[in-house]
Order: sequence, then C-alpha cells, then structure tokens
Amino acid sequence: MSSIELKTGEKKSGGINKVFSKKTVIGTRVTKPDAPDKATGKTIYINDMVLPRMLYGKILHTDRVHARIISIDTSAAKALPGVHVVLTGEDIPLLKFGTMRDNVPLKAGKVRCIRDEVAAVAAETEQIAAEAIALIKVEYEDLPAVFSPTEALQEGAPVVQEDHPDNRSLAYKFSHGDVAAAEADSDIVLEHEFVVPYVTHCCMGPGCAIADFDSAGKLTIYSQTQYPYNYKMDLAPAIGIHPGDIRVIQPPVGGAFGSKLDVYPFEPICALLSKASGRPVKLTFSREEEFINSPTRQPAEFKIKSGVNKDGTLTFRSVDCLMNNGAYTSWGPTTPIIQMRTFTGHFRVPAVEYNGLAAYTNSVYAGSFRGYGNVQATYVTASVMDMLAEEVGMDPIAFRLKNAQDPGEVTPQGSKLDDCKLKECIEIAAQKTDFLSKHETYAGLCKQPGRIKRGIGIATSIHNAGGAKIHKSDGCGSILKLDDYARATLITGASEIGQGIDAVLTQIVMDELGIPKADVTIVNNDTALGPWDVGVHASRTTFVAGNAALQAARAARKQILDAASKQSNVSAEEMDLRQGHVVQADNGVSIVKLDKLLRQMHFADEPELVMVSEYFEPDSELEDRNHVGNLSATWAHGAYVAEVEVDTETGEVKVTKITAVQDVGRVINRLGIEGQMEGGISVSLGYALSEELLIQDGKVLNPNFRDYKVPTAPETPEIELHFVESDCKASPLGSKGIAELPAIIPAPAIANAVYNAIGIRFFAPPLTPEKVARAIHGATTQ
Amino acid sequence: MSLEIEIGFTLNGRPVKVRVPPTMTAVSMLREKFDLTGGKLACGEGECGACTVKIDNRTINSCLMFAVDCDGREVQTIEGLGSVKGLEIMQQAFVEHGAIQCGYCMPGMIMQARYVVDQNAGNEHKVTRDDIARGLEGNVCRCSGYTKVVDAVAAVVLEEAST
Ligand code: FES
Ligand code: FES
Repeated sequence: MSSIELKTGEKKSGGINKVFSKKTVIGTRVTKPDAPDKATGKTIYINDMVLPRMLYGKILHTDRVHARIISIDTSAAKALPGVHVVLTGEDIPLLKFGTMRDNVPLKAGKVRCIRDEVAAVAAETEQIAAEAIALIKVEYEDLPAVFSPTEALQEGAPVVQEDHPDNRSLAYKFSHGDVAAAEADSDIVLEHEFVVPYVTHCCMGPGCAIADFDSAGKLTIYSQTQYPYNYKMDLAPAIGIHPGDIRVIQPPVGGAFGSKLDVYPFEPICALLSKASGRPVKLTFSREEEFINSPTRQPAEFKIKSGVNKDGTLTFRSVDCLMNNGAYTSWGPTTPIIQMRTFTGHFRVPAVEYNGLAAYTNSVYAGSFRGYGNVQATYVTASVMDMLAEEVGMDPIAFRLKNAQDPGEVTPQGSKLDDCKLKECIEIAAQKTDFLSKHETYAGLCKQPGRIKRGIGIATSIHNAGGAKIHKSDGCGSILKLDDYARATLITGASEIGQGIDAVLTQIVMDELGIPKADVTIVNNDTALGPWDVGVHASRTTFVAGNAALQAARAARKQILDAASKQSNVSAEEMDLRQGHVVQADNGVSIVKLDKLLRQMHFADEPELVMVSEYFEPDSELEDRNHVGNLSATWAHGAYVAEVEVDTETGEVKVTKITAVQDVGRVINRLGIEGQMEGGISVSLGYALSEELLIQDGKVLNPNFRDYKVPTAPETPEIELHFVESDCKASPLGSKGIAELPAIIPAPAIANAVYNAIGIRFFAPPLTPEKVARAIHGATTQ
Repeated sequence: MSLEIEIGFTLNGRPVKVRVPPTMTAVSMLREKFDLTGGKLACGEGECGACTVKIDNRTINSCLMFAVDCDGREVQTIEGLGSVKGLEIMQQAFVEHGAIQCGYCMPGMIMQARYVVDQNAGNEHKVTRDDIARGLEGNVCRCSGYTKVVDAVAAVVLEEAST
C-alpha cells in the first residue's frame, strides 16, 4: 500500500530534483495546535469528562474556623438511595501530606480553618451527593482562634498545629555585607511598611479530579495538576499508596497559573472515595468552593529599610517579611525563595538582609501563583525605588540606571547576571514612552485644579528565566519518534495548561526536521508515557522542555542525515532537512524524500527506526544552606511603564497604556509570547486595582465574581511590547523564560504612575476607587 | 422520580424534544442531555459568560435560564456556530490571532463576539475597539488579557465590512 502511494506522491511532487529554500519557523507566529478544537467547543476538558460507572463526589467543608469535632452523624446520608460511600476522618488512617506534612485529606478531631474537609460522599448523581452532604450532622465545640500572624506569634496565642506550639512555620534568613555599618554611613535612610493582600487565581475551569482505582490497587487519576511527576510523590502519602502505583492523566484544563502546583485535599479525598466505592469518582468544585477552597497568593506584611547616598547610590536594604501561613502549609510560605532574590539582588545593593517568617493562623492558606513571591517583592522594591529617587532629587530613570547592574555581575545570593539587560530595558522603556517629559509635566499638574489627573510610572524586576532548581533535578525528558510517513511524535514531560508549550515544541521539531506543523504531534498528558519533568512553573517550560525537545530533534536529525549520507555521496554536514526532503544544504536540491528515506531505513537488512530520547538539565545550582547559589541557569529583567488617569472625585484609576520591555533571549513563538505577556499584564492589573479576597475572622467574604473583581475587556489598557533579544548562552535554543515578569511588574508601575498623578503613595494594593478616593479626600497615605 | 416536563425547540438548526426537571438550567440541559459541553458552567451566577449561548436573536448566560424556557425557541451553541466542514469566521479569527490559551472561556466569548459583530451589521466602519471591549464586558478570561480577543473581533469586523 504505502509503496504505491509513495510512487504517486513522488510523481506529483515533480521528481527528485525539486529545490527547497531554507525557512525557519523560529520567531514566527504559530497558532496553538489545540486552538481549533477549543474554538469549536470540541475539546473535552476534565470538567466535561464522564466515565462509565462514574460516581460524583462532594465534600462537606466546615463552617467553623477553629473547633473540636465532637461528633459526626452520617447515618441519614448513608441511608439516602443512590449514595455509595460516606467517609469521615475517622474512617481513614492518618494520612499526612504537604510541604510540612501538616495536612490530612479529611480532618479528624479538630478543624483549623474554614476550608477544612470533615466528610465526603460519593453518589450516583451530583444532586444526590449534595443532598447527602446536607444530611450530615456535625457537632463542634468552638476553640479560640487567631487570624493575624503577629498575634499568632505572641505568647499564649491559640495553637493552630499541635506539632508547632509556637505557631512558627517556615523561616528564612539571609544577610550579606555589613548592614548596620552601611546604615550608619548612609546619607539617607527610609523606612516603610507594606501590606499585600490575598488574591486568588480564578481559573475559569473550577477544581476537578477524577479518580479510578483498579482491582490491583493502582490508581489512575485524571488531574488538573501542572506538575504531574512530583504530584505522584506528593499525592501518594495522602492516600497511603506507593507513588509508583499512581498514573496521572492530564486532560485539558481551564487555567492553572500555579494553583495546581501542589496536592490539595480534594484530590486524595476523590481517590479515597474511589477506593472505597470501587468506582471512578469525579469531584468538582462550584465557583464558590473554588474561591474559598483553592489556594491564594501569599499575603504578607513587609518592613523595609533602605539607604541611599546623596549622589543616588544605594547603600543597603533590609527587609522583614511576615507571612500569614494559614492553618496548613502549601507553597505560599516557600515563596521567599524567589522573593529574596529580588530584595537582595535587584539593583546593586552592597549590604542586604532578609528575614522571612510564616506564622500559623486559623486563616486560609496560600499556594503558588504566577510570579511566586516576586509579585510582592516587586511591588515593594519598585515603590521604594521611586521614593528614594525623589528623596535624592533624581528622576526615576536616572536613579535606576545609576544602580542597575552590568553584565557579568553576581548578586549577593549568587544569581549570575551574565547577560544582564537591565539598563537596556530601562533605557528603551523610557525612550519609547517619552517618560521623562511626561513624568515632569504630570508632576507639575498634580497640584493644579482639575478632576482627571494623569500619571506615568516605571517599575522593573528580575526573575529566574532558566528554570529554578528547587528539586535535585530541574530537567525535562523528551522522546521523539518518526513513523514511516515522516510524521513526528514528541513525547515530553512538559504539561500544556493553556500557556502554549504545544505550539513551541511543535515549532522546534518542525524547524529541526523540516516537516510541516500538521505532521507533528505532541503527547504530554500521561505519566505512564512521558518522561520526567518538574512541572509548569518558574517560567521554565519553554526554556527546559524547549531545550529537551531541541536535543531530541537534533539527535533524530543526525540519525536521519547519517543514514542519508550512507546512501549518497554527500556528507551529513552538507545536507539539510527542508519541507519533507533531505536536501543539499548549499543549493536546496532534494536528495531524497524524508518519508521514503525513513522507510528505507526501517525496511533495510539492518532495520533502523528513528526514535530518540534525550534529557535536558539546565546549568543551575541548588541553594546552599545560606540561600546562596545560582538557582536559575539564566535571569531576565523587565522594565514596564504604566500610564494612568485618576478620577479624583471617584478615585477610579484607569490604566491607559502599558509599555513592556523585557529581556526574552530569543523569541520562539511570537504569537505565544505576546499572549503570555498580555495575559500576565492583565493579572497584574487586577492585583494593582481591584482584586482582593476579603477574609474576616477566617471567613471568605467575597467568594464570587460579583464581589471579587477580575479585569475584563473594557479595563484592558493599550499594550505595547518590546522584546530585547539576544541569544542566551545558557539556552541552546537561545530563549529565556518569560511568563511571570508580565504578571509581576505592571502593578507597581501603576502605583508609581498614580503617585505621579496625585502625589499619594499606596502601601497596600489594590488601589480600589474607594481607597483612592478616601486617600485623596482624607489626603493621607494608604 | 421527580417531575419532568417535555419541551421542544430548535437546537443548532435541528428540531429536538427532551424531558427536563423544572429546576434544570439551560446550561445543564445542553451539557447533560445533549452532550454539548462547549458552553461551560464556570460560575453559575451570570457573572462570567462562559455559558453564553444564543437564544432566538440574543445571547444569554444559559446558567441563569431554566431549561424549560427554551421551549419553542431557537438555540445556538458554539457547536452550532461552525459547520462540520470548518470553522466559522469568528472561530477562525480567534485561532489565528492567538486569542485562545486554555480556551475554557472561549466558547462563551466567541458566541458573544459573534453577537456583538452581528449587532453592528451594516455599521461595521463605525465599530471601535472600545465598542468591542464593552460588548465583551460580561465574559471573563483569565489567560489572554483580552488584547488578542479584541484583535480577533476587530479583524472580523473589518473583513465583514469589506464583503
Ligand atoms: S457560568 Fe453562566 S455566567 Fe458564569
Ligand atoms: S483562554 Fe483561559 S480563560 Fe480565556
């Protein structure tokens, strides 16, 4: 069959003398391979899935913030027709899991926060499951509770976790240089306090898992996770099985943004319901459950002391960060790992210290969220940089340029700024926006009459752009195979969560093998097939998975060219792969069609298949005990400018334009990088102006989109993007990670612009109309 | 068995009949009775637009509508926008402009975008980016940041104005 097709095909293509010019797809606009099905409603997301014999799970969350469980009566729920299983913490062994092993799937004896899971049901329909949950009666004895980290650290405060009687969770300490001496020698020392709020991811696809135990006790879990390989390790203790007995399948998800970088109790609960019922069980959050029970960004209180000399040279920076750990520990309180790098290493500061501490409270707990601690750090540092500039009488640009590092410098924590583009980013941002003249004009108009005030502000930051080594390996595996028709399948460890790695990896394979987009398939949704990867986080996927794919594609290319050169008298070095042909590199003349060559290799006397596997490990280091080490194989800077209009009557801030300048290494998919930048900017816009998950006495006050305001299309400013490109040496692909800086930098640029407009500094985002109006009319700082 | 009511309506161009409980929402009926899972139940409170479908000549948050109220009406979902032969122009524009990331909001967003442009048929040259953005105000997208969404819709406006 295939040989007949081949002959016809060859005739049609005009024989073997066809000429093919070299075309690269790197840097072009490539649409996501999954987009057509998403546009037509064909894509089956995890939330849309139904398995045969599937039951529906539901969780009874407590309505208390700290209480002893006296009794749980599940008899009426168990008696309801259609109910298969009802579980409480008493029905399962003690299964501790989480970063600090301080969480369990179903709580026994005591609840510690409003999220606590006290019982769960699996039933034949969602309605029956909900009815059963309503029939469960829990008797509590309330306990004294503590909500603020400061109070939690005081002697005699209620104890949240019995294993931590002082309520202290994770702590971080770093210092470099003589801070006390630097302070004494500084011309000017400023002290400020900042408070950053709870915000939440608002993934459009609410939390969902489907668990299915087989008869041999092995678990298949359909999960929204964005770190499938470590997920097995983290999930196993929460169910009491071996990590090797877990297979993770990742159907399409409705967003993640860091929220799926840990195991949360609903997942092991779903698995335990499946184990107890012998059926697949699906558990889905309502939007209200999603707001209350999914992780938030880490809230924190900062005290920062900074010194500067009259000539504008930074002298020292000292930061205390107090975090509300909530009742259990997820990734939130580990965010200082990244946050510290900005406080200690953004701009040249000779003496720095950082003290971070998380305190257990009876509040909800935070996870990771796009930007990972750097969102908070950048809000603080970028605001302080403007205040220092003003104090020494310099403009925001000159002051930053004076203190910006040069290529080759190493930060106190050991971040190697080999190809530092900070100055370049600042200069381009200033020049593209006509920053200085606008800044001066608006400052002059600030105190003049007029309802609408305009302002312009800049902020900058640094972020890991070559992965972040928080595990012993930060690598990614890739398996690439070509079939008899020259169709390539790349099996990668890297997950697709909407961010577009499928398009990027497709491009890399297309480019190396000279085949069209339609001939590349990416497989990345099953841990039984895929090789190891750390997960989608730390802006690492294009960098790490991209380079792993490049390695695999280059290995396959070499095997193909070696085989082709054996058949012809052209050496492999003189050949290229273009548009489905092996060609002579110098003139593009076809030597053989790729599919034909692959079949010849396959059906030869010594058969050969093209199937290669590669592993890319970035050149980065684990931090040592003192938090020193080059955590990321490369680092990137960005400088963003915000232009705003402030309505001084209503307090409304309208962002009219964001100009983003970012060091990206090399652009791989222009469409994808723009989308990541624009999407990140939107998240930061919400952080700046409208988003706050209001928590009072441990309870969530606004668990809906009406009262928790995410940006929508009308609030979206004009966005201008400038990519600072150069081949990044740490990355064979040339690219750097990009997706978090856009979610980090805009918020403080907006706050700085608001200051330029109205002369009021905001130390606690979001800058809601109410807060801004109160500040203007009360003329106080907030 | 709880009470069910039989209703009949036109769904994506074809007549259908179905029995539904009186409390069932339109989005649940479409998803559960017809396997039309394009439209999502992302908030259930009319606040996100992920469940947007067209009923007669208007778009509606189908999570706020009872299934029985579809009786006798013409319902179009994202699955009925294109054809088996290919993508409808709005769907195609969303793909080409890179508006779609996770895509969860997109069936609703695209239905609303189609409606916004249809509303302005014959008046395309007057439609601004701001008009488009305002028309999409009820549709939340957490991934795209909306710029490419508006790009896609603006491109369709232009294209349809010239035909
Ligand atoms: S699900 Fe209907 S508006 Fe959100
Ligand atoms: S594309 Fe993900 S929510 Fe819109």
